[in-house]
Amino acid sequence: MSLTILFYILAAITLATAFLTIISRNTIHSAIYLVICFFSIGGHYLMFNAQFLAIVHIIVYAGAIMVLFLFTVMLMNLNKEDEPHKPILSKLAAVISLCLVALVLLAAFIKAQQTVIPEYVASGEDYQSIKVLGQVLLDDKNGFMVPFEFASILLLVAMVGAVLLSKKEKLN
Amino acid sequence: MQNILQEIGIHNYLFLSALLFCIGIFGVLYRRNAIVMFMSIEIMLNAVNLLFVAFSTYHQDAQGQVFVFFSMAVAAAEVAVGLAIVVSIYRNMGSIDIDNLKNLKG
Repeated sequence: MSLTILFYILAAITLATAFLTIISRNTIHSAIYLVICFFSIGGHYLMFNAQFLAIVHIIVYAGAIMVLFLFTVMLMNLNKEDEPHKPILSKLAAVISLCLVALVLLAAFIKAQQTVIPEYVASGEDYQSIKVLGQVLLDDKNGFMVPFEFASILLLVAMVGAVLLSKKEKLN
Repeated sequence: MQNILQEIGIHNYLFLSALLFCIGIFGVLYRRNAIVMFMSIEIMLNAVNLLFVAFSTYHQDAQGQVFVFFSMAVAAAEVAVGLAIVVSIYRNMGSIDIDNLKNLKG
């Protein structure tokens, strides 16, 4: 029962901070709200017993990505709130598309909940400890060895690209 | 081991992820600040990751969680390159309002 209450509290925090990220006019405030949102999603992972994933999520998102965001915001001196007002028509269009997408997704999921999804039964076997995750990730035959190596190449290319893009161009 | 799915069903997580994804879409459409649009994209990616973990627990299969690792690597690469592009846009145009990027319009 306590887990249910915890779920609703965490879900409310997640949705509210995600919304505040978008609504708040100061970009620094947006970044802080986004950190809280990421922490609450990490809490959701903990409730699934996915401890390793929760820690990695906190490190990668709340650590690395948010530091990148904050550095970029501070580099640009954006906290003077000079964003010009959008025309009311395009704001209205955004709200209408939000309502339509939410309607379609929620209607489909409510329908699926009534018909398709069976009840969850716990089998009690170990499937998400770090040991099992490492075996699934790095197994020789049917593991994810090749995508794992390609992820390293992707990160290297992204690093080179970021340095190349943000380097000052020489005036000739 | 006890987890949350024994107390509440998977459909609560379906609704939560759907709402989080919709908030991300709303952010991309509503704001003109490029950095906040990036944050909205991160929110959308997180909604999908959350659903991956939920269904990984539901089917008691670790492959969903392994996929989330790759998704996180892609998200980190995307943010690094995207923010570098935003910085160079700011250097050239003096602002990051995406409505100023009309050079290709002719």
